Amino acid sequence: MTALPATTDKKLGLVIDLDTCVGCHACVTACKGWNTQNYGVPLSDQDPYGMPSGTFLNRIHSFQSQPEPVNDIPQLARTTHFPRSCLHCEDAPCVTVCPTGASYKRAEDGIVLVNEDACMGCGLCAWACPYGARELDQQAGVMKKCTLCVDRIYNDNLPEEDREPACVRTCPAGARHFGDLGDPESDVSKLVAERGGVDLMPEQGTKPVNQYLPPRPRDTLQAPEMTGEEDVLAPFLAPVAEEPKGLLAWVDRALEKI
Amino acid sequence: MTIQQPVLDLSPKVSDEVRKTTCYMCACRCGINVHMKNGKVAYIEGNKDHPVNRGVLCAKGSAGIMQHNAPSRLRAPMKRVGERGEGKFEEISWDEAYDIAASWLKPIRETDPSKLAFFTGRDQSQSFTSWWAQAFGTPNYAAHGGFCSVNMAAGGIYTMGGAFWEFGQPDWDRTKLFILFGVAEDHDSNPIKMGLGKIKKNGAKVVGVNPVRSGYNAVADDWFGITPGTDGLLILSLVHCLLKAGKIDLEYLRDFTDAPVLIDADPKSPTHGLALLDDDGHKLVWDRTEKRARCYDAEDVDPDLTGVWEVDGIRHRTVFQHLAEKYLDGQYAPEAVAGATGIPAGRIRALAAEIARVAFDEAIELPIEWTDFRGRKHTNMVGRPVSMHSMRGISAHANGFQTCRALHMLQILIGSVETPGGFRFKPPYPKPATGHPKPHCKVTPGAPLDGPHLGFTHGPDDLCLKDDGSPARIDKAYTWDNPMSSHGMMHMVISNAHAGDPYKIDTLFLYMANMAWNSSMNTSGTMQMLSDKDENGDYVIPHIIYSDAYSSEMVAYADLILPDTTYLERHDCISLLDRPICEAEAAADAIRWPVVEPDRDVKGFQSALIELGAKLGLPGFVTDDGSQKFKDYADYMVSHERRPGVGPLMGWRGNGDETGRGAPNPAQLDRYIENGGFAIAQIPENAQFYKPWNAAYQEWAVEIGLFDKASPYLFTLWCEPLRRFQLAAEGHGERQPPEHLRARIKATMDPLPIWWDATADHGGADGEYTVNALTQRPMAMYHSWGTQNAWLRQIHGRNPMYLPTEIWEKHGFDEGAWARISSPHGEITVPVAHMPALNHNTIWTWNAIGKRKGAWALKDNAPEAKEGFLLNHLIHELLPPKQDGMRWSNSDPITGQAAWFDLKVKVEKVAPPADLTSKPNTGRQVSPVGQGPDKLAWEVE
Amino acid sequence: MQPAPSVIIFSTLSGAGFGLLFFLGLGMPVVTGGIAFGFYVIAYLLAVGGLMASVFHLGNKKNAWKSYSQWRTSWLSREAWFAVSALLCMGLYAFLQVFFATTVATLGFLGAALSLCTVFATSMIYAQLKTIPRWNQPATPGFFVAASLAGGALLSNNPNLAMVLLLVLAAVVAFHWWKGDQRFAEAGSTIETATQLKGRVSLWEKPHTGENYLTHEMVYQVARKHAVKLRVIALLLMTVVPIFLVLVFGPHHLPVALAVLSHLAGLFAQRWLFFAEAEHVVGLYYGAHTGKQTA
Repeated sequence: MTALPATTDKKLGLVIDLDTCVGCHACVTACKGWNTQNYGVPLSDQDPYGMPSGTFLNRIHSFQSQPEPVNDIPQLARTTHFPRSCLHCEDAPCVTVCPTGASYKRAEDGIVLVNEDACMGCGLCAWACPYGARELDQQAGVMKKCTLCVDRIYNDNLPEEDREPACVRTCPAGARHFGDLGDPESDVSKLVAERGGVDLMPEQGTKPVNQYLPPRPRDTLQAPEMTGEEDVLAPFLAPVAEEPKGLLAWVDRALEKI
Repeated sequence: MTIQQPVLDLSPKVSDEVRKTTCYMCACRCGINVHMKNGKVAYIEGNKDHPVNRGVLCAKGSAGIMQHNAPSRLRAPMKRVGERGEGKFEEISWDEAYDIAASWLKPIRETDPSKLAFFTGRDQSQSFTSWWAQAFGTPNYAAHGGFCSVNMAAGGIYTMGGAFWEFGQPDWDRTKLFILFGVAEDHDSNPIKMGLGKIKKNGAKVVGVNPVRSGYNAVADDWFGITPGTDGLLILSLVHCLLKAGKIDLEYLRDFTDAPVLIDADPKSPTHGLALLDDDGHKLVWDRTEKRARCYDAEDVDPDLTGVWEVDGIRHRTVFQHLAEKYLDGQYAPEAVAGATGIPAGRIRALAAEIARVAFDEAIELPIEWTDFRGRKHTNMVGRPVSMHSMRGISAHANGFQTCRALHMLQILIGSVETPGGFRFKPPYPKPATGHPKPHCKVTPGAPLDGPHLGFTHGPDDLCLKDDGSPARIDKAYTWDNPMSSHGMMHMVISNAHAGDPYKIDTLFLYMANMAWNSSMNTSGTMQMLSDKDENGDYVIPHIIYSDAYSSEMVAYADLILPDTTYLERHDCISLLDRPICEAEAAADAIRWPVVEPDRDVKGFQSALIELGAKLGLPGFVTDDGSQKFKDYADYMVSHERRPGVGPLMGWRGNGDETGRGAPNPAQLDRYIENGGFAIAQIPENAQFYKPWNAAYQEWAVEIGLFDKASPYLFTLWCEPLRRFQLAAEGHGERQPPEHLRARIKATMDPLPIWWDATADHGGADGEYTVNALTQRPMAMYHSWGTQNAWLRQIHGRNPMYLPTEIWEKHGFDEGAWARISSPHGEITVPVAHMPALNHNTIWTWNAIGKRKGAWALKDNAPEAKEGFLLNHLIHELLPPKQDGMRWSNSDPITGQAAWFDLKVKVEKVAPPADLTSKPNTGRQVSPVGQGPDKLAWEVE
Repeated sequence: MQPAPSVIIFSTLSGAGFGLLFFLGLGMPVVTGGIAFGFYVIAYLLAVGGLMASVFHLGNKKNAWKSYSQWRTSWLSREAWFAVSALLCMGLYAFLQVFFATTVATLGFLGAALSLCTVFATSMIYAQLKTIPRWNQPATPGFFVAASLAGGALLSNNPNLAMVLLLVLAAVVAFHWWKGDQRFAEAGSTIETATQLKGRVSLWEKPHTGENYLTHEMVYQVARKHAVKLRVIALLLMTVVPIFLVLVFGPHHLPVALAVLSHLAGLFAQRWLFFAEAEHVVGLYYGAHTGKQTA
């Protein structure tokens, strides 16, 4: 089973919009809540009321970036909130290293899962993953990872509209999208095409299914101080008057026309 | 190769039952689905039908289960057995608790009800708690608005009849430019995130004006890293640019605002600065066609923005003329404000140009017919798709009221308020200041107060002063110090009570406000005041009653604890009578109901108040035979009527098919529960915009019971109440301010928005405190509550002080460094971290992460009680001493809003302390509930 | 990477144990009876003891037996197969030598090969990981095998061969360090490739201020100056001291025993560094290794 399927019928995954994620951590606790009650053992916490650590399948990092100067003018630093979870890679190294067959990639939809009944908790799959997607639960001693809420997305006990991962359902800003990235006609595939979705760490050769939509260009309001170029918005502020009197006269004329 | 995959159950049972109630992990009041397994709470998710959150839920909401089972939950009523602050308690029965409370409260009600100060913090039942306080007869009641965002609320109501959040929202679906001023992550959390998502999806632009580029500002397309406290100046500069370019909506100003209203322009006149009125008290405008002054609401009136009229030798000029003159002044030119705001002039101009472009070149029209209050028919609704939002960021400055007014003025000038794509009110708003009550403070022993405590003042006559001119309220709200303090001033209660100024009190009764910690300025000082004793060895504040659900820092300072329930164990109503959950398209209210019964000897605070009220025999709480009137809060929610037919809940009144008005319906709560915990009443399509002037909206509002007769009004760019106080300060009228306040009132209470540097008073005698210091609340935490939550505290369990590159490099800080941060008032020693995307002269940290040892059932190794710290220690409720020998209040001189964000500090690098523990050390409290467990894996089988 | 004592003990001791078995299998020396018994006790104590130690590293020991199932894809599974095969094969070989003074050379050769394969499989568990560039190089199996052989030679009392192998080990380890120091940059993962963000990227806030499995396990970093000091100590104890002892005092029991102890101590230090210096690319998401991203 630790062999990867040659192909999968679907490539279910997430598209994460870094232009929209406000870093609220909603997906983090929705995931923790659902997966503590569902698939496999609960996600445990150690010393939860002291110096805590715990198992989470989805975490939000925050990065800052300093763009290159434009026309020698320094640009403003930026902040990007960055959700990180399993990317359900096509060439998932975490699967092939598993000695017990607990790690596998589902042939029907490409979801990478851990069969906890077979996991011996050696941690090798976590070492093999470049993205930190796997965490060994310290109480149960088995490997935990994002299941893409496999127990939600096909669940007949849930209303149709709720059959999506808990993180996607809860995301207030709508920065997370779920769908079949193997189908070029799916909404998520179109979104990726339109917004130039990218792989994380492509050099690792993992061929991630999850895609990240990069932030749109920032600080684009054309101010000469930022661009070193002419003020293209200036016509919108062409003065009608310099003095109150002039303005009132202009208003008077304008009101006459209304 | 065939692959043998394990067979999975893809349709496991999710839960036994879903119970739908209202979240209380913060103040947003989202709808939640609580999944129950074997009678226990198993999982919480957003309710897709709910008007506030449409199914989404924030980090706090989804972590609610960890709040509900937090080890910090109080278990039973307690009386203090140690010293105040120690945390030593003995559990008692509710009967004993009520006996103790009544033994303190009964005598003072009979002699002097003002000896009770009852302040209710982050209360969502203010219409009920204030009614209790009114029945008791004390004037000393308020919730936490005074130290939160009263400037925004009052600034909005006085200017246009509502502000943001509960009052209104951007037209998320249609707006094309959204400008966000200051921190906003802590209020209206999910709706704003949902709105930002919509804006991004629609390809509209988001502009963030904030010293810190995090959260919403991280996703803003353009970021203006403004210097704290200068938003007003930036806004007035935008107004300057727009006026100069004529990019204002003249028609809108003419028809719907007081811009054409004639104002007495003669400095010698006793009514200088007040509007010219007709005999019925209606404001007069100059009619362009008839060339005479006419009542503003005449059907065929043609108001002129530039009219001048002399009557009885007094020259009157329009508001618009005053405004044009003021803001065209060169002091508001972008070049003149660039230095103070930290924004280059070109960027200010670019923002103004973008506002102009979107408002006028991208205007939208909805083909919806409507009729205005003058009876004129309009064939469409024109929108200026520029919208704005702001909350505490610009509120919590001493110049915040005028800044908030400036922001509303900017929206009005471009005609974007209540128009498509702009800002939209939510019922019961729009509602101008004149539609609200005035404050009441008349105390009669043994009898209720003469009216509601909180309201809106319109001039010196409305101040809450005793006959001798001294403050009637313990917090000195509605006095010459802060004449328009519409939400009271909770942050002044403890220091005033301790000082016995304006008078001594007997019992301090607090609910849900961690005043011994993060909810107070000057935390160390407040802790000391709460536990201070007089020369006889008695506590200076004789009795303290506190109600909280959790073992907070404040618990340790109380004498009597009334333990509240968690939010899943209680009844609540999110009522149109106080802070409802309406949307721009609909009125809505909601309930909480016990989806599980408490497993401890605790009671919802409101139910406890009902029982205490009955024990004290308060009018309204007892029947004619003296027995308890309401069984509990649920009974009150259903059967109380504020006006005939209008009660706390609007849905399913009468026989169950009446909305808004109707007799109490005993089955009302069941109907709410069936409907997912809320009720909703759609506003008709032709009534959804132009609400203050839209005849169809006014009619609908009367029908549903928001008010009793149609009440259209003009937006007031010119704030007459401010001018009336200013007139008094100029020597007019009977009620005169004390001499020392005259100059300040004259300077600050300008009827048109102004700006002054409110941080100037914070620099210290030698001007050595030059760096702005701020806090903001993380989106995943709600004030001090998040720390007891095993999941949330892993996300935010430490709070470094973030320093901008300039300060980081200047002092040679490196990773793991510590700094001493000092203000004229005190110093803290804390860990620091670097943040480039930050205003170059501003430092900040996450709010309320630091905790006192022993609180919240945390262990001593909790990072919150080691490295964690509060900035509050550096902020005093009074300004540093000045040459005049006075200690001025650190608050807005108009509303009394606590000026948290005016703080100035000095940063010095220090060696990391050996124990890696931040300073000051606030000691330790005994935990009345023990400490949390070592392991957690909360699976409900 | 967090240097877990159980894994360090396992790889060091079992490596030496299988090294000894390798030489015994080759008949270097051919031993029988009591002497053979002594050698095999040492060899099995080291090899099996090491394997036992590795079981301590498992979170869910009851499923350890399932690690035999994935030999087609998993180096860890292969290691388990090789180890058991080697131990069984050498067990039979030893049984015949100890109790019947019979040496079945073919069986010994097979056992020796399986022993070496076990060490190689162990090394490939590390060497295959692209996520840990320092390990992901041919010198990783190189030094595992060299260490096993050198230790085995010392233990099997092949002093001259041991001298040579120790020198080879020193060279391979030194090469591994030298190459390892460049591997992170060579592998090309940076905070920019990890985040795909434009400009100069750095971590502002960790996702959780609390710790987690990843930060404990994979974002461990050793201070540079300690690493240099430890490398010197490791090299001295692992090779220089043993060579010196044997050269000066001759191949006698005491000096050889001391040489073995010194060698193992040095090897522990080397293995500790093998983990402590190894940087997992996931650290990039936690703001680690920013100095190592470009050559």
